Amino acid sequence: MADWINTIIQGILIGGLYAMFAVGLALIFGVMKLVNIAHGDLIVLSAYVALIVTQSLGLNPLVSLVFVVPIMGLIGYILQRGLFNRTIGNDLLPPLLVSFGLSVIIQNGLLELFSADNRRLLAGPIEVATIKFSDAINVGVLPLLQFVLAVLVIGGLQALMFRTAIGRSFRAVSDDPRIAQLMGLNNRHIFGLAMALSLAVVALAGVLLAIRANFDPATGPTRLIFGFEAVIIGGLSSFWGTLVGGVILGVVQAIAATIDPGLQILAGHLAFLLVLAFRPQGLFGRVA
Amino acid sequence: MLDAPLLKVRQLEAFYGDFQALYGLDLELKTGQVVAIVGANGAGKSTLLNSIAGLMATRPEAIELAGERIGGKAPYQIVAQGIALVPEGRRLFPSLSVEENLVIGGHMKRPGPWKLARIYELFPTLAERRHHPATALSGGQQQMVAIGRALMSNPRVLLCDELSLGLAPIVVRDIYAHLRAIIADGVAAIIVEQDIQQALKIAGHLYCMLEGRIVLHGAARSLTRESIAAAYFGV
Amino acid sequence: MTVAALTIVRATPSTRLGLVFIASLVAGLLSAPLWATTDALRLLIDIFLYVALACLWNFLAGYAGLVSVGQQAFVGLGGYGLFALSAKAGIPPLLCVPIVGLAAALLSIPIAGLLFRLRGAYFAIGSWVVAEVFRLSAILLTPLGGGSGMSLPARIAQSVGRAPHDRFVAVYWTALALLLGILVIIFLALRSRTGLALTAIRDNELAARSNGVNVGRTKLIVYVATAFGTAMIGALIFLQRLRISPDAAFSVNDWTALVIFMVVIGGLGSFEGPILGALIYFLLRETLANLGPTYLMVLGAVAILVMLLAPRGLWGLVRSRWQIQLLPLQLRVIPLTKH
Repeated sequence: MADWINTIIQGILIGGLYAMFAVGLALIFGVMKLVNIAHGDLIVLSAYVALIVTQSLGLNPLVSLVFVVPIMGLIGYILQRGLFNRTIGNDLLPPLLVSFGLSVIIQNGLLELFSADNRRLLAGPIEVATIKFSDAINVGVLPLLQFVLAVLVIGGLQALMFRTAIGRSFRAVSDDPRIAQLMGLNNRHIFGLAMALSLAVVALAGVLLAIRANFDPATGPTRLIFGFEAVIIGGLSSFWGTLVGGVILGVVQAIAATIDPGLQILAGHLAFLLVLAFRPQGLFGRVA
Repeated sequence: MLDAPLLKVRQLEAFYGDFQALYGLDLELKTGQVVAIVGANGAGKSTLLNSIAGLMATRPEAIELAGERIGGKAPYQIVAQGIALVPEGRRLFPSLSVEENLVIGGHMKRPGPWKLARIYELFPTLAERRHHPATALSGGQQQMVAIGRALMSNPRVLLCDELSLGLAPIVVRDIYAHLRAIIADGVAAIIVEQDIQQALKIAGHLYCMLEGRIVLHGAARSLTRESIAAAYFGV
Repeated sequence: MTVAALTIVRATPSTRLGLVFIASLVAGLLSAPLWATTDALRLLIDIFLYVALACLWNFLAGYAGLVSVGQQAFVGLGGYGLFALSAKAGIPPLLCVPIVGLAAALLSIPIAGLLFRLRGAYFAIGSWVVAEVFRLSAILLTPLGGGSGMSLPARIAQSVGRAPHDRFVAVYWTALALLLGILVIIFLALRSRTGLALTAIRDNELAARSNGVNVGRTKLIVYVATAFGTAMIGALIFLQRLRISPDAAFSVNDWTALVIFMVVIGGLGSFEGPILGALIYFLLRETLANLGPTYLMVLGAVAILVMLLAPRGLWGLVRSRWQIQLLPLQLRVIPLTKH
């Protein structure tokens, strides 16, 4: 029994990371109807940036976030203004194919630079620290910290979207990009900010996951798919939906992994397909 | 220099792909003046306003504001220069509240008399419904939000596209009464209207468009009903 | 000048010349086993299979607007189907090819039922998830070698042709026949009512819908037909390789990324574009040294540039520059008399 509770807690906590991947996708889809196929590879890229920062400056990966998050935000802004903005229009093929091309470029670029070796970020004693809730139920400090950060990030994004000037601009551009320009909004800049924010969030999640799980240049697509599944499972109505989606995905994976490690990821995919079959609008909303 | 036009449109052309919508248009607007543009559907009235607002590509010298070339600039740069458009069909942001719609109109923070409080003074019903979603309002109230949203940028030139579209006559009269008060405050305006009567009541100067060209213009007073009708229908 | 009368034609001098060219090319290719070396045959088979994959993906994405990044699901399914049926059920390998195609087509119907609930780019990622489900399931299939895969038993390979050269000839004929079949079917489909519907969907889905085009049904037909063809090609790919593993069979890079780049570079949404794109790819691959990952990066970058600067691809440039097309697919309005 306690084993099951531990497993479910594990799943919930890792679900927070998936939710952060998802919220990054949901944000840019919401603002500019862009689905970035390279999302997962950018998540992995953030882990490699953290690897360089930790190795060259001798920092703990958690501290390296101070550098990695703004670096990825900047990369996001540049990518959007330099590349994705040129693809935005009525035709959905250009953004899709350009981001797919970018995905392949990042993957193979990382392969050239870092080889196909498995890596992990080492965070020191915090990795094994646990909090004891009862004799049988232990919760790792790091997973707990990750989950708390995920909740804060998602709550923060929700507040940013509905309570700040930039959130207002995001919604206005999303509603009607043509008219938004008449308010004095430079859509290209707004799109750039949305992508910067998206990548800043996934950089945080990408680094946190890289402390817990191995990564290599080819892991990007899996990260993308986890985020995507969390978005669809949760429904596109609010950022909190992605948290629920991420947690469900995490729990399903954790339970399947205790049955057979080979089933872990497959079970997550199947859960997603089940939701698609029986509740395509997601568990908590409508498909936009 | 006092008489120099505030807004000058010279030899303006506009295209949708291969289709030419405007052919060498000339138009002038002086400070404090109200110009009406009338014409049948498809004459190019909205295209003219959209071109001035920067939504259509134009040559730099085609549009001048206070002597400065603004043709071809991006819409957000043109708002900053002091031209605001109330678009056809109002086009409020559905996911923003009434107040958010107004506030975002003032995004550029151009200095001037129009602040949120003053908009609410002008349209008290909006103050009561400030936290409602903008699209939950009646058509007339939505038009008020659209006008208020444009005013929040403290424009020198206000462009109004078909304010009466889809509104009951009594609501249209109310909207135009408000517009008169706004104009009395000193803002210049170009008003596109299919309703010639409404246009003649408010504008000092009238331009009549047909198939992308200006076919008649002059002081509203000097034009006869027959000459306008002839120009309107191209007979 | 006033035009008194108009006529509408498909054939133009360039398409007539094109047909002559195509006929002689096909004749040359049909006779290749008589004169080509085993290595040349191997290369030609590779080219046929990739041209076929490119044309199929283009049919799906360029015409029906279904941008799948999960076509490796059907390539792998075809490959695994062939290995399972021939090695475990004793069915002759070449007979397995149409059988796995049919199986994939049947399976693609419920998959479409799920994926068609997702729009645009979400459809793309959804199709990828399905391919991953296939890959992860293949890892669990211990009778077929699990994660490390399996080789085709020698006796089965030999049943196709006793000497390696004979086997290549047999695979060559099959691949060429399959490619020609796929090209002819796509060509006829594009000229049929379905083709008209597809062109309408490609240009404006909303307008097509309001003009009575059954968009959902048309897309389903294309999806199922593409699955059918892709799985048969997959079966041949692994019949030639004689070895299969989950990672190779369901590789997104090999069976989708490369194919997408070929189509985009050659010309998305035209009949000739994907063929041109695949030929350019092989020309580069055979002349440049194998640069490994750099190669894919360069291809990806070129595809991005083409997408941004010339969205109709190289064939689109050729066509607009010289007004030519090889096949009579486009209707032209020609003035009959002038005054």
